[in-house]
Amino acid sequence: MRLRETVIERSLLIASLSSVGVLALIALFVFIEGTPIIFREGVLPFLFGHRWAPTKGDFGILPMIVGSVWVTIGALVIAGPLGVACSVLLVEIAPRKVSDLMRPAIQLLAGIPSVVYGFVGIIVLVPLIRETLGGPGLSILAAAVILGTMVLPTVISISQDALEAVPNSYREGALALGLTQWQAITRVVLPAARGGIAAALVLGMGRAIGETMAVIMVVGNATGLPHSPLQPARTLTSNIALEMAYATGGHREALFATGVVLFLFIMALNTLAHLPSRRRGER
Amino acid sequence: MSAAEAQRPRRRVNPETTHRVAVVALWTAAVFTLAVLAGIIALVLAKGLPVLSPEFLLASPERMGREGGIFPTIVGTLLLTVVALLVATPLGVGTAIYLTEYTPAGRLARFIRFGVECLAGVPSIIFGLFGFIFFVIYLHLGWSVLSGGLTLAIMVLPTIIRTAEEAIRAVPASYREVSFGAGATAWQTVTRVVLPVALPGIMTGVVLSIGRCVGETAAVIFTAGTALRIPLTVFSPTRTMAVHFYILAREGLSMPHAYGTAAVLIITILLINMAANAIMVRFRAKVT
Repeated sequence: MRLRETVIERSLLIASLSSVGVLALIALFVFIEGTPIIFREGVLPFLFGHRWAPTKGDFGILPMIVGSVWVTIGALVIAGPLGVACSVLLVEIAPRKVSDLMRPAIQLLAGIPSVVYGFVGIIVLVPLIRETLGGPGLSILAAAVILGTMVLPTVISISQDALEAVPNSYREGALALGLTQWQAITRVVLPAARGGIAAALVLGMGRAIGETMAVIMVVGNATGLPHSPLQPARTLTSNIALEMAYATGGHREALFATGVVLFLFIMALNTLAHLPSRRRGER
Repeated sequence: MSAAEAQRPRRRVNPETTHRVAVVALWTAAVFTLAVLAGIIALVLAKGLPVLSPEFLLASPERMGREGGIFPTIVGTLLLTVVALLVATPLGVGTAIYLTEYTPAGRLARFIRFGVECLAGVPSIIFGLFGFIFFVIYLHLGWSVLSGGLTLAIMVLPTIIRTAEEAIRAVPASYREVSFGAGATAWQTVTRVVLPVALPGIMTGVVLSIGRCVGETAAVIFTAGTALRIPLTVFSPTRTMAVHFYILAREGLSMPHAYGTAAVLIITILLINMAANAIMVRFRAKVT
């Protein structure tokens, strides 16, 4: 009996170490495959090189880093205000019945596959941008709008959790002092929930910078350094996915190196997202 | 007090008015958001539903998918999802049991949780890269149902762990106390008391993971391949619905067929997520 319990406990321990193990394996294999070329080309020429022509031996990924950053910031500018507004409405203002209905609806929408977002982007958004704002339509702007829409459900549901975690006594106290509900929200509830809302935004950024297929379909994928949001660009993720199918040798290594850079970006964002909550937990 | 007095004359807008304007603005934002998201679904269904027919679902594609149906991609999606869940469910639920019932707090639990959080944040293209280099090349599995399924298993592992952990944690402590009091061992308590109560909650995570597997493209396209034949074994390459849709749309092979595939995809995922929601609601009613 005792032996059986020990065996079970050990196997559960092994199971639970699997995610850490897999994470380590992922880092290991992507790094082993990707880092040699970074050091062969030099870290700075690789990160800040303007030219990406892997078949001719030019491996500069600055345009992709710039593309990823533009697209991610654009997505955040769209999803941040809209997402926080929606969560404030759902938690603080909307009647119970409405928010009970909207919550599962938003959850359902979070499940729409990213390729579908990209497709709708090609069909609706790209022609719209081409006709109203000019340029080829396939652009940073299109990718930012599509990504912003995609990460909205994530931003909404996490900031909703943050707002709900604010004790009701805060609101009651603010209202009892004669503040209007809006004043209570902006001066008491939102500041109290800011850690969670910041985490929602950072996690949304993480999703945006890591998204691939939807971006490929609308961003245009040009390898030049973009100078305006209406120009086509290429992101780190789309760089990998576009060329992976036929890359060999140094070219493939360069794509894994792009993955290394992406991996580091994501890990930095994840650490950032968990900082505020950890601090809150310790207080 | 004096500072507040000094500020008062500067504030010209009545706070009540601000409140009303803000409420209207918030409602507008919410309605706009929902309208956009609902519009996406409506557009795809409006154009996609007319394409659907028994033939579309049950026939093989002809001329790269310009004609015929999508049957092999349905089989491929199904097989990949089954492989992924067969691997991820025991590992994920095992992790959740260990974290909640065996080491509730402490350094090890924090270490494991940190790993799970990080894994949850890894983008799917990185899973694709890893699956390609590790399963396809290093383990010589080639582009196959197995490579794709294992890659998806890693991808959904955090989802299953988190939901299972939440569900197990929601089981009242008194249940365990009664079980231990009756002389049961830790494992007996887990299998006979905790898991049966937490099962619907755990199921929610599994069902949500099915949805993620069905909709995934980047992690699958480099690990399972893009073959259009019906996969006969787990070592055959295959193409999922999402990958098929991506190829149809991106290479402009056939817009009607792209819409049709997208409609099947969206309907499948909406049904899956609705099922997950229904299970969760029932679970909450049972536990609380």
